[in-house]
Amino acid sequence: MALQLENISKVAGRETHIHPMDLSLEAGTLNVLLGPTLSGKTSLMRLMAGLDKPTTGRVIWRGNDVTGVPVQRRNVAMVYQQFINYPSMSVYENIASPLRLQGLDKASIDSKVHEIAELMKLEPMLMRKPLELSGGQQQRCALARALVKGADLVLLDEPLANLDYKLREEMRVEIPRFFIESGAIFVYATTEPSEALLLGGNTAAMWEGRITQFGPTLEVYREPVSATTAQVFSDPPMNFVNVTKAGDSLLFGADQSVRATGDLLALPDDRYMAGFRPNHLCLTPLGGNALKFTAEVTVTEITGSESFVHLQHADDAPWVSLTHGVHELPIGQTAEVFVDVRNIYFFNAKEELVAAAVAAKAA
Amino acid sequence: MAAIHLKQLAHSYLPHPAGPRDYALKRIDHVWEDGRAYALLGPSGCGKTTLLNIISGLLQPSEGQVCFDEEDVTNLPTELRRIAQVFQFPVVYDTMSVYDNLAFPLRNHGHSESVVRERVLRIAKMLDLSAVLKQKARGLTADAKQTISLGRGLVRENVAAILFDEPLTVIDPHLKHKLRMQLKRLHRQFNHTMIYVTHDQTEALSFADRVVVMYDGDVVQMGTPQELFERPAHTFVGYFIGSPGMNVLDARIEGNLAYVDGRSIPLAQGYDAIAGETVEIGVRPEFARLVRKEDAGEQGLPVTVKRIEDIGRFKIARTEFFGRELNVVIPEGTAVSDRANRVLFDAQHVNVYADGWIVEGEAA
Amino acid sequence: MRTWNNKAWFMVIPVVILVAFSAVIPLMTVVNYSVQDTFGNNQFFWAGLEWFNEIVNSERFHDALGRQFLFTFLILAIEMPLGVFIALHMPTKGWGRPASLVLMSLPLLIPWNVVGTIWQIFGRSDIGLLGHVLQLLGIEYNYTQNTLDAWMTIIVMDVWHWTSLVALLAYAGLQSIPQAYYQAARIDGASHWAVFRYIQLPKMSSVLLIAFLLRFMDSFMIYTEPFVVTGGGPGNSTTLLSIDLVKMAIGQFDLGPAAAFSLVYFLIILLLSWVFYTVMTNIEKQGD
Repeated sequence: MALQLENISKVAGRETHIHPMDLSLEAGTLNVLLGPTLSGKTSLMRLMAGLDKPTTGRVIWRGNDVTGVPVQRRNVAMVYQQFINYPSMSVYENIASPLRLQGLDKASIDSKVHEIAELMKLEPMLMRKPLELSGGQQQRCALARALVKGADLVLLDEPLANLDYKLREEMRVEIPRFFIESGAIFVYATTEPSEALLLGGNTAAMWEGRITQFGPTLEVYREPVSATTAQVFSDPPMNFVNVTKAGDSLLFGADQSVRATGDLLALPDDRYMAGFRPNHLCLTPLGGNALKFTAEVTVTEITGSESFVHLQHADDAPWVSLTHGVHELPIGQTAEVFVDVRNIYFFNAKEELVAAAVAAKAA
Repeated sequence: MAAIHLKQLAHSYLPHPAGPRDYALKRIDHVWEDGRAYALLGPSGCGKTTLLNIISGLLQPSEGQVCFDEEDVTNLPTELRRIAQVFQFPVVYDTMSVYDNLAFPLRNHGHSESVVRERVLRIAKMLDLSAVLKQKARGLTADAKQTISLGRGLVRENVAAILFDEPLTVIDPHLKHKLRMQLKRLHRQFNHTMIYVTHDQTEALSFADRVVVMYDGDVVQMGTPQELFERPAHTFVGYFIGSPGMNVLDARIEGNLAYVDGRSIPLAQGYDAIAGETVEIGVRPEFARLVRKEDAGEQGLPVTVKRIEDIGRFKIARTEFFGRELNVVIPEGTAVSDRANRVLFDAQHVNVYADGWIVEGEAA
Repeated sequence: MRTWNNKAWFMVIPVVILVAFSAVIPLMTVVNYSVQDTFGNNQFFWAGLEWFNEIVNSERFHDALGRQFLFTFLILAIEMPLGVFIALHMPTKGWGRPASLVLMSLPLLIPWNVVGTIWQIFGRSDIGLLGHVLQLLGIEYNYTQNTLDAWMTIIVMDVWHWTSLVALLAYAGLQSIPQAYYQAARIDGASHWAVFRYIQLPKMSSVLLIAFLLRFMDSFMIYTEPFVVTGGGPGNSTTLLSIDLVKMAIGQFDLGPAAAFSLVYFLIILLLSWVFYTVMTNIEKQGD
């Protein structure tokens, strides 16, 4: 339990940025804060770092209460979305700056800078100024400066958001590499669910200043405890339809009825929300316990190997089907779409999960 | 609506360009067909914004011509070109209401108030802006502002083309989706020629009927998203499109077999002697499979599996083949054995490249 | 909550001492004088608000106040639009840019009494270029004897001296407007005037507010330049508030009334500045 946030909250004026919450992070873990903008990711990171004072609660580091300790005296490193480097210093100087502040001798500084520069592939650019480098290189310089310190807590606030798509992919593969080598606590904020899944580790899904769920990334993805978590962790957004359980049958929408089996049978008779991911909404018939819906096509997007088909079913919020292959369906066409019941999540009126998708649990 | 012809177009920012490297945009002969949705895709610095600005008239090309249908507009200033452009950062007139913002281009062209009113209300309804028409544009969210920028382009009826310069940059990820879909639907309904510049392949591929991939000032390939995906004309296209990108391996080609480090890989076509310094084969991770040695027979490349990443919808196996990285996409629901250590390629989707460019073979 | 870092307070102490010494204590002294009367010999009697009453009700004060308002109004009416106009036409690229910036800064660098002296000499018909040329052209011009001439001289002098400030601030404001706005306006077919009204002016508004407040306060307090040129004359036609105050305090050595006068002066400026600021930021807010 290296970093503990106890009953932490942050209120500024009339706005609550962080509602009271608890969080525990272990040493040597990569933790992702996933949520849309303004969900509180940056505020939370600032509280962890000591850049802001929490309105209530305590920050405990390795058993010591550090709530009042200013950030300069904590061993923290932070990387921002904008590539922040000292513009008048060379890359070498930038990376060396925290080491100089720590008072290391010249030889140690030199060897550490070269070590991290090699890891970041910055060796050829050590003598250049940051503004002469490309975006990706500048961000790597900022990362190098953060990592060379050997900080116990490294905070990354959407560091790849300002980079080209392909560059972002490449750097995303590299980040777990540095993390494994250092043993610190890494906290990584992002708005993209796929990034959280690619990075692994633990994920805290955040929404409007609250953490809706925290746990191993795949677990949060496969077994969201609330509809909000499921939404946060879904891109494109999850599809929903109303379902009523009566006895041993489940009535979806207006006319689709299937038999309830297994855990579903144990649910109290009531109305629920059924959620299923776009990639489980199929354009081709499925066998067995599959539901069939009739919907109108709003538009189709082809991405080369996959198709996003946007549909309108009755009065529900718009649906998206993500299907493999190229399926160009014209606007306005009526299409039949299929969902396997085993891929459906059931949420009650309070948006809590009552039954997770059977297929997900088995995975 | 108009077809846009680029004739012998090239552009250099330097007054006296000496060689190809001085050109931001190398020679292009291209027709943008009337009513299609195009995407200009490429990394930063590839010249896509330069090309867009030449089409809109914000930049005069140093060589060549731009024609709308048969009319030469190369030297025509932007105001007269019947172009609408949506920029990276939402551009709205802060002091005006949403209604006035949308009415602005029409009023500048001297239309009567009744015409203005009719068009503004129609466009506002199409874009779901009817509710906020009276509000000042300044206080709205970024995606609403971008929608207004788009609306200003749509109100003018004789618009030849609508150009988009990375318009979703400042939009929240979960709203990007919605705006993208709106653009696509608008295109299907009204058939404006739309040209969309981006470095994000998902945006480009989902929006466009035809994607133009650019690199270092050159058009590398133009085609439908499916063509770009299945038969990339250049290894760069294979790398840039697809997440992860195409696997590329050095190979020796003999007839309808490719030899990689001594291993043979069957090809769907036969090839004669291939001219070129570097000969490679390219296979997308989606067309590769990871199996156990026993199930592969004599086929396949021996690999060590470094990591398997689970991203929900599918898994990515990152393997290593003699020091080179090979990625395999494993669809959801497919089991992968712990002892899997062979990679098999789908012969239909193995492409051959010489010096980066695709080589056509003959059906075997 | 515990405090974070106490070192910051130590850094502020030297400044606090300096400001206390040079501003707060003298201010308190003035307040002291303003409520007391003296017959000399360092004997002081409590006079309460007597001086304030006298000042606020005196015709002399009202006249000077009226002149001051006229002066400030004319200054703002001329300098603000002129400064913006110049800023719109200053080059933004090439060698013209640093050249014009230097040119604009020059009037601001001249010591104020030298400015006064320059114009005093400039306007004389015997040795001054302006005065001499006007005389050759047959125009009657004498700033020491003609009220209108004196007013025109001090106004032109101030415009010459301070318009650059408005121009430079407006220029900085203009520079911060992203190109995309101009490009979008071109595409929308906007005229130059529309571009100015809908893009440039709104984006410059916060900078112009600063320029306005600065010019207001400075012109309301102006002393050196008009004093050097006209001495407050002819008669007292160009005796602005500050000149009047100094005459009272140093010329007549009426410390009590002078102290009261200066406090009233201070409060007027404070009040007007606050009013302007609130009104202008509210206009901006209404736009949201």
